[in-house]
Amino acid sequence: MTSIPLESGLIIAGILFAVGLIGVLARRNFLFILMSIEIMLNAAGLAFVVAGARWGRADGQVMFIFILAMAAVEVSVGLALILRFVHHFKTLDSDQGNTMKG
Amino acid sequence: MSFLFYAASLVAVISSLMVVTRSNAVHALLYLVVSLLAVALIFFILGAPFIAALEVIIYAGAIMVLFIFVVMMFNLAAPFSGKSRLLDSRTWAGPAFLSFVLFGEFLAVITSSGIHRISPSPISPKDVGVSLFGSYILGVELAAMLLLSGVVGAFHLGRQKKRTAHRFFEIEAPK
Amino acid sequence: MYGFLWLIPALPLVGFVILGLFGRRFSRFIVALVGVGLVGVSALLSILTAFQFMSSPPQQSSVTQSLWTWVNSGGFRPSVAFRLDALSLVFVVVVTFVGFVIHLYSSEFMAEGEGYSRFFATMNLFVSSMLILVLADNLFLFYLGWEGVGLCSYLLIGFWYKDAANGRAAQKAFIVTRVGDTALAVGLFLLFSHLGTLNFQDLMHQAVTRWPVGSSLAVASAALLLGGAVGKSAQLPLQTWLPDAMAGPTPVSALIHAATMVTAGVYLVARTHVLFELAPSVQLAVAAIGALTLLISGFSALVQVDIKRVLAYSTMSQVGYMFLALGIGAWSAAVFHFLTHAFFKALLFLGAGVVIIALREEHNMFKMGGLRKQLPLVFWTFVIGSASLSALPLVTAGFYSKEWILRSAWTGPKGNFWLLSAGLVGAFLTVIYTFRMVFITFFGEGSRLIERRPGTRLKVALIVLAIFSIVVGFLQTPRSLGNIPIFANFLRSALPSSDVPPRGGADEFMLEVFSSAIVLLGLYVAYILFLKKPRLRESITQTKLGQTGVQFLFSGWGFDWIYDRLLIRPLAWLARINREDFLDLPYLGIAEISRALNTGLGRTQSGRLRWYAAIVVIGAIITLTVVVFL
Repeated sequence: MTSIPLESGLIIAGILFAVGLIGVLARRNFLFILMSIEIMLNAAGLAFVVAGARWGRADGQVMFIFILAMAAVEVSVGLALILRFVHHFKTLDSDQGNTMKG
Repeated sequence: MSFLFYAASLVAVISSLMVVTRSNAVHALLYLVVSLLAVALIFFILGAPFIAALEVIIYAGAIMVLFIFVVMMFNLAAPFSGKSRLLDSRTWAGPAFLSFVLFGEFLAVITSSGIHRISPSPISPKDVGVSLFGSYILGVELAAMLLLSGVVGAFHLGRQKKRTAHRFFEIEAPK
Repeated sequence: MYGFLWLIPALPLVGFVILGLFGRRFSRFIVALVGVGLVGVSALLSILTAFQFMSSPPQQSSVTQSLWTWVNSGGFRPSVAFRLDALSLVFVVVVTFVGFVIHLYSSEFMAEGEGYSRFFATMNLFVSSMLILVLADNLFLFYLGWEGVGLCSYLLIGFWYKDAANGRAAQKAFIVTRVGDTALAVGLFLLFSHLGTLNFQDLMHQAVTRWPVGSSLAVASAALLLGGAVGKSAQLPLQTWLPDAMAGPTPVSALIHAATMVTAGVYLVARTHVLFELAPSVQLAVAAIGALTLLISGFSALVQVDIKRVLAYSTMSQVGYMFLALGIGAWSAAVFHFLTHAFFKALLFLGAGVVIIALREEHNMFKMGGLRKQLPLVFWTFVIGSASLSALPLVTAGFYSKEWILRSAWTGPKGNFWLLSAGLVGAFLTVIYTFRMVFITFFGEGSRLIERRPGTRLKVALIVLAIFSIVVGFLQTPRSLGNIPIFANFLRSALPSSDVPPRGGADEFMLEVFSSAIVLLGLYVAYILFLKKPRLRESITQTKLGQTGVQFLFSGWGFDWIYDRLLIRPLAWLARINREDFLDLPYLGIAEISRALNTGLGRTQSGRLRWYAAIVVIGAIITLTVVVFL
């Protein structure tokens, strides 16, 4: 096995996280926001696995399993919420949901 | 091997960028699947085959499929009414700035302590399982409860109750 | 009997409380019964006390009844204690007796208007405060009474509050006397901080032992006390409020602004005479103020048109006489003049009140006339009062009291030619303006018929006061005219005597003859100018010089104008430019800042999801920066 710098793994995770962050902040469509959150979660999991690989232990992978479980739950509940949002506001535009303004 | 690593990461980054910039939700979802697969490859290279498999099966195979199901069933991919502001640079300037700042700090932290090289040897599923059900058993239970709450929550939030005028005038029983 | 001393001020106070709380529910009869009756009982008690005092004088000629210790803090222990000596006894008897007569009068006088119980409640409070003032044995309790009479004066001048002008007159009275009250308060502080006590007796002892004659502390405290006295007694320079105070009901003018409150200053100076003797310059100032005031107000009274304003200026003038007497050390003479003045001035005011309501609220003398035939009793009592005021020789009380003052000015230790001549000129003026008033009001062909005849109570009040205006004079007659020294001897126990051996009996007699001649001359002049030959008067007043002169005198020598330009306008200007009070800025500023913060922070709640996410990211960045790089 050739060696890979630890830092590059983490940097990849960072880039993915940043991309996901841009998506969350810049897109108005709720689905895209949710997708971008998935990207961010994935990036976080990648960071954990890289860390676990650095030390040669299974802990990173265990953490990733938990993140996976949490992502699953989050997606299902999030989609249900999006459905309610669409039912109420008749649009997927997150900016329309500003009735809590002020 | 390291070439593979960098290639997979490139694919992951590019497809993530594509996810964020599409206007059609289904296209974006498919790009997301690609990104997830690329990351799974990275996991494999890093010596975590079990996780790579899990990534493909669960993340790309279940979660994204759920996503696509819901989008298609409820026709949520319909195009926006009103002008799309995707190409407007003003929309991207602020988030991009914030992300770059955050990433910059991240970079500063990571590279501050020098470069370590790792040679990851594969960690077998057996080791993962021992660790999971050994020291992290509590986390497993908690995750189970989380999943339970997610199921209940999703079920409750997803219900559509038909409006009834008065219970004596029910047209349709509530679902 | 001395045990009942505290009842004398307490009974009217009870009256105030009862009438103030429940007066509205009582019938007019009950209100009058309570209001007049309680003052009457006080009067009775004070007369009985006086008899006991005079027949068997107590130890050291004074009785002190201490009720309780009011304040006990540091070295400051004034108590609520009443001290009866000859000086306070005179004042107590006058206040209660004249007060009772006036209350009786007002029970009929005020019967037609509204606010009957409010009137009597406030009048009772006034009588109570005045009695506290004169009976107090320390300056602190004295000041309570002082403030109380000031308050009641304000309330009663503005009694008919629905007319805004009355409110303004009341405000003017209160504010002008306030200036004096502040001086008095500062004087109190000075006295306490240097002498350690406010009890009159201790104060006088301490002052004499510790302050040499003419020392700056004595001068300062005496001057401050004089400032307070000047305000309450409407002397120069704080005299501008008294003519306007005539806006109140006539009984108020009679009681407060003729007989009692304005003499509170006289009482103060007499009480603290030791201080004034320690500061001869201030005592001279007292005399000078008295002399100037009596001249200025005497001239002003010559041209007044409202009958009550004539009497107001006249009061100013007579109190000036009292100050003159105080200033030359004739303490007892001043108190005697107070005694006689209380009777005849109250009589004149009450008579004027009857005339006013008989003609349906007509105050202008020139619209009256010929009332001699229509109101005979009022006419005769008014004449008696006027005669006493003018010091008509031999038969009136005013003659004997004014005579005593003039005599002291001539022969007394601090007597002075200028003061004497001021007094004589003042006497001349007094006769003229007084009988001008009588002739214009009661003589001539009247064109108006009276619409309301006086009832029994009014008549009784007038008669009683008229009798006293004559009789009281005989308490003290000069050597050449009977030599009755009752009053002087009585007061000797409380005030130093000013009588010196005569330079020669002839001198005094000459003075009496001279002053009587002046009075009679003045009477003749008034008769000519205002009755026989009004054309002559008109020819003088219609000239250009005459017009301006009349205008000048009418406005009280322009004092109101001066004060307006000098004090009121600058103050109003200051108030206007400081409308957004710069001292308030810090407090308002805090409120403004918090409001701005609220608005600003409120904008961060835009309701949009992405905005909140961005805030979270910014927070994360900041936290990271702080943790990692700092």
